[in-house]
Parts: sequence; structure tokens; C-alpha cells
Amino acid sequence: MDAIILQILNGLDKGSAYALIALGLTLIFGTLGVVNFAHGALFMLGAFCAVTLSRLLQTASVTIDPERTDFLGNPLKVETPYVIEWFGPEVGSLILDWSVPLAILFAIPIMGLIGLAMERGLIKHFYKRPHADQILVTFGLAIVLQEIVKYFYGANPIPTPAPDALVGSLDFGVLVGFDAGTVIYPYWRLIYFVFAAVVIGVVFAFLQFTTFGMVVRAGMADRETVGLLGINIDRRFTLMFAFAAIVAGLAGVMYAPINSPNYHMGMDFLVLSFVVVVVGGMGSLPGAVAAGFLLGVLESFASMPQVVTLIPGINQIIIYLVAIIILLTRPRGLMGRKGVMEA
Amino acid sequence: MFGLKQKDATLFLVVVAITALAPFLLNPFPENSELAQFNAGYPDLMQRFMIFGIFAIGFNILFGLTGYLSFGHAAFLGVGSYAGVWMLKLLSMNIIPAIIVSVVVAGVFSLIVGYISLRRSGIYFSILTLAFAQMSFALAYSVLTPITGGETGLQLALDDPRIFGVAQTADGSIPLTNFFGLEMRDGIEIAAGPWLFTLNVGYYLSAIVMLASFYVAIRIFRSPFGMMLKAVKSNQQRMNYTGINPKPYTLAAFVISGMYAGLAGGLMVAMDPLAGAERMQWTASGEVVLMTILGGAGTLVGPLLGAGVIKYFENIFSKINDNILYEWFSFMPGGLQDFFVTIIYPFIGKGWHLTLGIMFMLVVIFLPGGIVEGGKRLGRLFSRKKAEGGGSDATPAASPAE
Amino acid sequence: MGKLYTSRRDLLKGGAAAGIALAAPTIFPSSAWAGFTNEPTGGSVTLGFNVPQSGPYADEGADELRAYELAVEHLNGGGDGGLLSTFSSKALKGTGILGKKVEFVTGDTQTKSDAARASARSMIEKDGAIMVTGGSSSGVAVAVQALCQEAGIIFMAGLTHSNDTTGKDRRRNGFRHFFNSYMSGAALAPVLKNAYGAERNAYYLTADYNWGYTTEQAVREATEGIGWNTVEKVLTPLAATDFSSYIAPVLNSDADTLVLVHYGGNMVNSLTNAVQFGLRDRVVNGKDFQIVVPLYSRLMAKGAGANVKGIFGSTNWHWSLPDEGSKAFTKSFGTKYGFPPSQAAHTCYVQAMLYADAVERAGSFNPCAVVEALEGFEFDGMGNGPTLYRAEDHQCFKDVLVVKGKENPDNEFDLLEIVEVTPVDQVTYAPDHPQFAGGELGACNPGA
Repeated sequence: MDAIILQILNGLDKGSAYALIALGLTLIFGTLGVVNFAHGALFMLGAFCAVTLSRLLQTASVTIDPERTDFLGNPLKVETPYVIEWFGPEVGSLILDWSVPLAILFAIPIMGLIGLAMERGLIKHFYKRPHADQILVTFGLAIVLQEIVKYFYGANPIPTPAPDALVGSLDFGVLVGFDAGTVIYPYWRLIYFVFAAVVIGVVFAFLQFTTFGMVVRAGMADRETVGLLGINIDRRFTLMFAFAAIVAGLAGVMYAPINSPNYHMGMDFLVLSFVVVVVGGMGSLPGAVAAGFLLGVLESFASMPQVVTLIPGINQIIIYLVAIIILLTRPRGLMGRKGVMEA
Repeated sequence: MFGLKQKDATLFLVVVAITALAPFLLNPFPENSELAQFNAGYPDLMQRFMIFGIFAIGFNILFGLTGYLSFGHAAFLGVGSYAGVWMLKLLSMNIIPAIIVSVVVAGVFSLIVGYISLRRSGIYFSILTLAFAQMSFALAYSVLTPITGGETGLQLALDDPRIFGVAQTADGSIPLTNFFGLEMRDGIEIAAGPWLFTLNVGYYLSAIVMLASFYVAIRIFRSPFGMMLKAVKSNQQRMNYTGINPKPYTLAAFVISGMYAGLAGGLMVAMDPLAGAERMQWTASGEVVLMTILGGAGTLVGPLLGAGVIKYFENIFSKINDNILYEWFSFMPGGLQDFFVTIIYPFIGKGWHLTLGIMFMLVVIFLPGGIVEGGKRLGRLFSRKKAEGGGSDATPAASPAE
Repeated sequence: MGKLYTSRRDLLKGGAAAGIALAAPTIFPSSAWAGFTNEPTGGSVTLGFNVPQSGPYADEGADELRAYELAVEHLNGGGDGGLLSTFSSKALKGTGILGKKVEFVTGDTQTKSDAARASARSMIEKDGAIMVTGGSSSGVAVAVQALCQEAGIIFMAGLTHSNDTTGKDRRRNGFRHFFNSYMSGAALAPVLKNAYGAERNAYYLTADYNWGYTTEQAVREATEGIGWNTVEKVLTPLAATDFSSYIAPVLNSDADTLVLVHYGGNMVNSLTNAVQFGLRDRVVNGKDFQIVVPLYSRLMAKGAGANVKGIFGSTNWHWSLPDEGSKAFTKSFGTKYGFPPSQAAHTCYVQAMLYADAVERAGSFNPCAVVEALEGFEFDGMGNGPTLYRAEDHQCFKDVLVVKGKENPDNEFDLLEIVEVTPVDQVTYAPDHPQFAGGELGACNPGA
């Protein structure tokens, strides 16, 4: 029982990342009709916003300490981050420690600008082009973005830890009557889950309850008619793209402490998130979210030792297997609309 | 001529001529010149041009004609490769049985995958094929290691139980792949002044197979069957109304292109007897999609060109390192030399992916029909009155539209 | 029948034919040239450095390339000479190899066996490389080693740790300096017994591919030998990025030790996840929970950040070793590039040197002569103490380092501290040991 609760938590956590990325993909696809293969790269850029901010904060003045030596036996160069010089060791190291949460504030404008630039500079010329062209150009862009990141940050993962206060794990098995130490879960992963739930809630509320969201939803359903009503749908869609980029970016920022970011993490998520979107049903936001959580939970269960012993290799293929079964039993995924990307 | 229309026959003859002369055309730079780096006329790369050409031609039969975008074709190539290596291990080092079995096995596998995947269309179809390919890759890399060799790939060993042939040669080596005694690695070299050209058996064998595949592809494109496939792409509904069930046609196209992939896989192990699981990964499936679109989906010669360009980048650009750059700019004063090397360095060697990505973007942005479209525009530029240059099919880029 | 890999490219490069600009074409079948593949005939010799430049191991590959460039510099008499002064064999004089200037070509393995072979073939066919070396995974090493055997050139493996490279997939033309899974297990077990006692319940998370299998088997057999009990072993997909669902079941088992048979990005993530789940603060069966990482790499340890502190593992070499060879290499590398070399860089540098030395001693570039010179070769001064290149399987036998993530690093490179240098006798095994069974070297192949 405790093992199952843990795997459900793991599944929800994995599912959060899938759902956030799939949500952004669906937003872009639903509004702009663009298949964005660069969406994984946006997630990656988000994570590197966290890395960049922590690097910026680490910018340091260098002093020579003759007492200590570096690996060649020369006097050691001691680096003191300016933040610590300016704010004193206590506040300074607190700022450094909290760099990932701070990066959220940093990432919102940056990812928004990147999204705007992408849409205005590239994507808007591809609205009327075949999906194959969209795939090729956004895939090219994804490669370019990740190679740029590789050029500046290298290929190795870069540790980006959560604040010290949030590093431990919560033993909430005890709270509901299990033995101590059996159902514990890391704080940061719980935060990630809550964060994802909030973001998803905000996106839905935004689309549901604001005029802007209403127009966008109308545009998703029937772009031409909305255009005929004299509403400048294009500008709203541009903003939607920036919005989707921010969602992907934030998913990346918050993911950085869970697994050290590297330049190809976007590609790792890209294929999976497409599977999630399609299993959820093209063009359906609730479908994308539901599929994200569903696949996350199933993936977690499939990796339990008992299951793997029973069916060797199931943990390797579970997501794809489920995708095939769902697509064969439900022609348009969980909640797909008829006629969207079916031809 | 050859049962082809004048225009197609011309195109075919041009391709024949280019492949026959490729060892010379691809080695335009003298051996000791700085530019020899850009020579592509060595057996391995030329074989790869042919093999991936076959792969892309086959993919184009499905994607270019029917508009069905498969994201799992690499699985067929991989399955074909494994079958081929097993034939080399068990049966004989003659490549013919290996290639035949590769094609058959890939055909059967694509029939199964196609039958299931074609129950859906559009992106649902793409994801189904992707799912099958990813499962094949993941299993081949891990739990199927006894059959596939897993991480290290399936390769020949000194104790293979070869029925027709020997396990080891007299001097204790693994025998080489051959075509009735003619080894794939044989060939002649021609030294003409500072130039050196390699005429390789393996290359010419691959070239013949590629030309045969290309010929068959032209015939398919021009046949009533091909017309039917184009109808599937342009309007399936109308087909249904006229009482024609498009399913069998699409499935046939899927299996044919799967067999092309198997042929490519078989040829690959015939040239280099090792099958690695990575050739089934989604990136490999994506690569053939990119080749086809880059060259010009739905055109006859486009996939061939696209395959050539991508393989050229992968093999030539990735090998340029900063030392070579410094040599190139050695005529410049120190500071300027450093400057140019610094500017160019991110795009070559370990940065070859970056160049590839930029090229994808530029081609799609400026040449919507791929390289073939570029050729046409060039053709128009040079001779205004000749409306159609490049001699290729005028079908526009494929579009699985909404 | 002859093979195509001949030496005329070098002949042309050497200038013999270069002067004749428009002479009549000379046509020769490839069997006309007796000798061996890519025999260098001009004033230079070309080596092929085949390392990952794209993909997750690109940084490791970049470090390997730095080491090779340094080796070439030293072989040609440049720089401070590096290990030439400490190497026990004095055949190399810094005048190239056999008087020929050393040149090199580079390629990208992409850490895929197909791409690695394509790249190696282009080095052999196009650039006339006489030896190929490098790589950062066993899959690539085994694939390229088989290719080099076929083509008739020497392969000097880079970083490859799987038993198979010199076990079931060994080849006469291939050599490995790096240590292997068995040695990791044999070196780690006694240290683990000392540190954590003989009564432990171990839980294995193993990367689901060849290297994972052989390493898990080696470590498991070695630790079971000291009395540990294996509770569970679970295979994890290579593509896994989040290991939470593999870590969580550890909480519900009665395991008190977790062995992470992962490398590269997998290791960084699984270790990070394990620490997130508070495994290191756990007490099971009255014992502190412990984590072990059989194969450490400093580059990867960096990616895991503070999580590596206090965690045991093994490594082929570390820059903080106090012997003359290690000091010379660290100084030479560090002075040129500004940071200490990784174990991958070290093994690659040493491999290039050993090859050059073998050619020099053999007096010929002929692969069969080189094989003869390397088989059973004993040397010292290369940073790992006295070392033997065993003739039976072409594996180097030398001391193995057991290391631990350092608690208070002095600088950003000071991530691992050496716990013990396990003497070579303790990690030596018979060539037909079950973990290595099923392979044979075959005959050496000079090609052409």
C-alpha cells in the first residue's frame, strides 16, 4: 500500500512536467495551428534561465589567497560573489541559495520575449504552410537553440539545487498512520506538483473567465468567423504564443532542482510530450493535462520491481504501449476533436 | 525509353550518369590541397549516400504520394539490418541472401505495423508509427540484447555457425562480406596527377541497387497505383464516395516503403556487418523525414538529394577541427586568423549540428519545395523560357493538411 | 584478394606523385600493394581521434581531444614533453613516430555505434589513419574495435569500462588501457567491507544495457563475496531522466545500501534523486543507509554537485595522485588548458603514447608488429604504477583507485578524494574468468 501511494505521487510528479509541456504545445497548436517541435527547447531554455541566474549571482571578485593552492600548486584564486560583498554573507548567501525560486521572476520576462521573438520572427510566416514545413523549421530551431546552449554551457549537466530549506523530504506517511520513513516525499517535488496544478488552473481560468481567453477559445474553434467579426485574432494569438513559452519556461525553471539541466533535456521531453498531446487528443487542453498525469502514473507503476520482474522490459515501453492501445480504442485520443490533424 | 516517358527517362539517365561518375565528381579537390577536406569520394560515404538514398526514396513513396507521415520508418531499416546480420552469421557471407531476408523481414514487420497504424490518419497515425519504432528501439537496446547485441550492436564473431561458408578464414579472421566471391571492400584506385579516385565494389553494388530502386519508384509514381495514392493524399473523402476503399492502396504503399527501408538496412550490413540499435531511434526516423522534406517531398529526385546533403554534413563537417581552420587561415596575420577561426569554429566540428539546424531553417524558409525547388528556381534564372528546370516532378511539397 | 585500405594516399601526400601534375592516370588494383593498411610512406603519419563531440558525452569527448592534442604535441617534441620523461620505456625521443611527424584527424562518434563506425571508416578510407583511438562508451568501443580489426589497423580504446571490450568482444587489433567492471568490483568490495561492514542488504539499480549488466554482475559477485546480501536488482531504461519511481521502492524494501550502476547523465540524475528522497539520512536495520556508485567520473560528479559527498566509487585515474607520472601529466595538461585532466583524458593520452612507443620499439607501423610489441608489455611511469598489457586479452592490469566524494573541496576540481589504491594483484583475474568468457582474439590483421 505505501509503495503504491509513493508511485502515485511519483506519477503525479512526472505527470506534472508532461502536462505542463503538453499544455503549452496544445495552446500553440490549438490557437495558431502550428506544430511546434521547438517547444521542448523552450522548456530547456527555462531550466537554463535558472542556471543563468545562479551564474549571474555567482559573479565574483577574485582575490589571491597565498595560503591555499590550486591543483597546479599555484596560489589559489578565491572568488567572492559580489552579492555577498554587497549584502554581507548572511543575506548574500540567502540570495544565492534561493536563486531557483528567484529565477521564476527572471524567466517570465525572458521567456515571454523569446516567445514573442519566435512568433514574430519565424512562426507567423508558417501559419499557412503545411505541417511538414512547420515541423522541419521548428525542429531546425530546436537544434539551433540547444546547440547555442551547448556552446555556452557545455554538454554536462549543471547542478542547480533547490534552496537548503526545501531540500529535505516530508514524512507524511506518519501523518496518515504509516510507519515512519515509509511514505516520504521530497519537498521540492511536492512543490513542483502544486506549482504545476496552480499554473494549469491559471491557464484554464484565464481562458474560461477573461474576455481575452474567450476570444482565444472562439478563435481556436473557428478562426475565420472570429476574424470576420472584426477582432484582431492574430495579435492575441501572438500573445498566446508568448504565454505558452512562459508556461514551458516556468516548467523548466522549476524542474532544474529535480534533475540537473543539460542542453538536450528538451529533446528528451519532446517526443514524450507529443505522445502526451496526441493521446490526450489534438486540440484539447483538458485532454493534454489528463493524458500527462495518466501516462506519468502508469510509467511510475511500470517501473516497480514487482512489475518489471513479471514483464521484463515493460518499463521501457509502457508509455508507447499505452499510447497505441488508447489510440486504437479511442480514435482521437482521450478528448480529441473530430477533424483536427486527422487528414 | 525503359518504359518511361521522355522527361523521366532523361532524369533517370542523368541520375545513372551521376552515380556512375560519383567517385570522380565527389573528389574534385587534389589530395594534398587544403580543400581535400571537402572530398566525399571515399567508399564509406558514397555507400551511405546510396543506402540512405534508397531509404528516402522508399519513404517518399509513402509520404510524398499519400501524405501519411510515418515517424517510425527507422524501425524497418533496423529490423532489416538485424535480419541481415543474422543471415551473415548463420547462412553465408554472400550478401544476396542477407539482403533478400532483410527486405522480407522488414516487409512483414511493416505489414503488421502498417495494418495497425493505418487504422488512424494524420498525426494519430504518425504517433502510432513513432510508438512502434520507439518500442522496437527500447527493447532492442535492452531486454532483447541476446538477439540484437544491445548497446554494442549485433556483430559477427569468430565462432558463428555459418552453414555455407567458414566461421573463420585460414588466417583466423572473420570472413568479409562478398557478392559471389567479389568482396565489398575490393576496388581499384586511379591516381591522376595529384588526384586520387577510388572505384569501390561495394559502392557500385549499392549504386546498382539504388538505381533499380529509383527506377521502380519512378514506375510507381507514374502508374495507376501511384495516381491512386496521390488521390489518397488530395482527397480521401472523394475516393470513398466513388466507392474505392483507399486502405489497401495506402497499406501497399506503406509495405513497399517498409521494404525499401529493409533493403537499405540489408545493404548497410552488407557494406559494414554491424547493426546498432540506434538506427531505430526516433532521431533516425526523423532524419529520413528531414531528408525527404529537405530534398523535396513528392518529387522523384528530391529524397536522394536530401539524403546526400544530410549525410555530407554529418560526415564531412563534423571532421573539421580548429587545427584545420588555423591552417586554412594561415595566410592571414595572427590576430585576423584568430578572429576568423573564432567566428567559424562554432559551426564546424563539434558544432556541425548547429549548421545542420540553420540549414533546415533556411531551406524551409526560403525554399518551401526543398532543394528541388531551389534547382528549379536556378534553372529558371538561367533560362527564362525553359519553364521547368531540374527535370523533376512538379508535385508541390506534401502537406498532411487539416 | 586484397582490401582497399592501402597506403597510396600517404604516398601522394608524401609528395612522390604530387610533382607530376598532369601525368597519365595510373590505375592499380588494390591488391597490388603488398604491406599493410595505410602504410605511411611520406614524412608524416596520421592518427584518428574518434571521440563524442555531440550528444551527452560531448564534454568528456572534448577532454579526450585535448589530451590527444597534447600527446601529439609531446610526440612531435613540443611542449614540456609530458609523460615522455617519466615513462619507463625510453624509445620515444620527441621526434614523431619513427621519425615521422604525427598528424591527426578528428571525428564525432555521437556515442552511437553506427556513427562511430562511419567516422572511423572515413578516417581509414579518406584520411589514411594508421590507428584509431578514443570513445566514451563500451558500445562504441566494441563496434569500432571490430571495424579496425576488419580494416587491419590498430584500435586503442578510450574510455570503455564494460567487461566485453576485452572479454567476449575482444579483438587482436584492439587494446584497452582503461580498467573494467570486474576490477571495479574487486577493488570496491574490500573497501566497502571496511567502511560499511560485512552485513549489508544491497539494492541495485542498473542501466539496462551491456555495460550495466557486466558492471552489476561484477559488483554483485564481489560484494556477495564479502557477505553482502542482494535484496533486489532493477533495470532502468537508458532514456530515463527521472529516477524517482525507481528510488521510491527502495524505501519500502529492507535494503540499507543502494548501488547505482549508472554512468553519465543517468548517474547524475539517479544520485540526485536518491539524495532528494532522503536516502542518505535513513537508518535501516540500525545501520546508516549508504549509496555506492561503481564507476565515477569527475566530470559527471560535477553534474551531481554536492550529492556526491561521501559516496564511494572507483575510477581509473585521478589528477591528485602523487606519483611522478600523474604529476607530470596534470601539470602539462593543466598548464595548457587551465584545469586538471579527467580520467578519460588520461587514458586517451596514455593510449596514444603507448601506441607510439610500441611502433617505435617494433620499428614498424605494421599492425602485427605493433600487436607483438604491446602484448605482454610492462611499463611504469604513466600514472597508475607498474602496468602490464596482458597478451591473452589485451587488457591493462594496474592499480585501481577507490575514491569518495570529498566533503570539503578546496577548489571546483577537487571533487573526489582517493580512499585507497587497490594493488594490481587484487584486481587481476584469469583470462578465461566466467565474466569474460566467450571471446577470442583471433589473428592480427594487417589489412591490405
